[in-house]
Amino acid sequence: MKTTFSSGESTEQVLPVVDAIVVGASAGGVEALLKIFSAIKPGFRLPILTVLHVPEERRSQLAQVFQARLPIPVKEADDKESIVPGTLYFAPPGYHLSVEADLSLSLSQEDRVFYSRPSIDILFSSAGDAFGARLAGILLTGANPDGAASLAYIKQGGGMTVVQDPNQAQARTMPEAALALHEPDYLLPLHDIGELLTELERIAC
Amino acid sequence: MHQDRDTEIELRLLIEAIYLKYSYDFRDYSGASVKRRVNHALRQFDCSTISALQERVLHEPAAFMQLLQFLTIPVSEMFRDPGHFLAIRQEVVPLLRTYPSIKIWIAGCSTGEEVYSMAILLREEGLLDRTIIYATDINPTSLEKAKQGIFSLENVRAYNQNYLKAGGQRAFSDYYTGAYEYAIFDKTLRENVTFADHSLATDSVFSETQLISCRNVLIYFNKKLQDRAFGLFHDSLCHRGFLVLGSKETLDFSAYSKSFEALVKQERIYRKS
Repeated sequence: MKTTFSSGESTEQVLPVVDAIVVGASAGGVEALLKIFSAIKPGFRLPILTVLHVPEERRSQLAQVFQARLPIPVKEADDKESIVPGTLYFAPPGYHLSVEADLSLSLSQEDRVFYSRPSIDILFSSAGDAFGARLAGILLTGANPDGAASLAYIKQGGGMTVVQDPNQAQARTMPEAALALHEPDYLLPLHDIGELLTELERIAC
Repeated sequence: MHQDRDTEIELRLLIEAIYLKYSYDFRDYSGASVKRRVNHALRQFDCSTISALQERVLHEPAAFMQLLQFLTIPVSEMFRDPGHFLAIRQEVVPLLRTYPSIKIWIAGCSTGEEVYSMAILLREEGLLDRTIIYATDINPTSLEKAKQGIFSLENVRAYNQNYLKAGGQRAFSDYYTGAYEYAIFDKTLRENVTFADHSLATDSVFSETQLISCRNVLIYFNKKLQDRAFGLFHDSLCHRGFLVLGSKETLDFSAYSKSFEALVKQERIYRKS
């Protein structure tokens, strides 16, 4: 497990080639996501699928908030749409987001997982099934254990896993739950996760 | 593919076995969700493999009925997405009023929450008496529950806010009687409701209708099956009939996108063009 990442380091950091990145966050997640995604440059070509726990009832402004700050297309995921490279997707409030075997997206309203719908576990495990080893999973700050088991599942399927350093997370329960289940490839502060995103894209595209 | 090949094969065999033996067709359901539900059922049935579950389901019809409760998703509430019901009241009801008699199909009605919501709305608009509602689902247990019209009082109280936001004109509690922890809905609401077993995957059109409501059902279907359902709706609806969908469901990506126009796009209210 590596605890720093810098794209400028002379020692070649060996990153795998991935086709997609999945990200999960809960309490403190908006700030954390803004921080890691601020590293994204125009022309970024990997798709990023994100679950952030949000209240179910409201129409979410997430996509607009992030679109205003990022140079790539940002949208709330639609049912049955194909994943478009270089797009940042958010799960809509009140719906679980899954990746299907044909790499399209689907929404569902099954029971909440850890009181949450959308659930990080549902996105991560379905993406793990669909992408196998060609997937990077990133779990950030949060006050519940959603995402921990499925991040281990991504790892078990040969994918790459990243956990935010709990000491620097606004809520440490989620990253700690992840660490209790498996040793991720990287345990990093937010800044380094941003750099890693950029590097993953450079290698894959 | 991470999902190991054996699991994938077992899952397909199970779904095929269910179709061959019981004529319930889950073959064109969205795979990720079916897999989760079967995995969930495995734990409840205490089966270690999907093959073991298949053996039980094949030889014990009662076990199949149990599994069906996992395979269908009875997640519903009354006046879910209040803006949707408000838009029906404001944009659709004035046009429905022009018909001397009205037929409405609520497809995939699950345990009936959508049915009672629609019946209440129509009563308040003075249309319920000249309306026939067909409420259909594939799950007989859900249909039975829908027929009873008995819901958890705690849930029903939570729907009050939805009801008001949806333009409700009375007190929501006028429509039910509380009995211990249950709310028993006014049975006159379902006097003109026919509850029936119907599958969007295998059955055909049974009546001409003016409005079809199918909400949060199509998200569980793949595109092919969604198109089959849209085809049934298109054939069932009268000229300029209404189709209303769930808040994340759309005709946009379907083969029928040109056969309907959006009346209130934001609230997923379409009209046959």
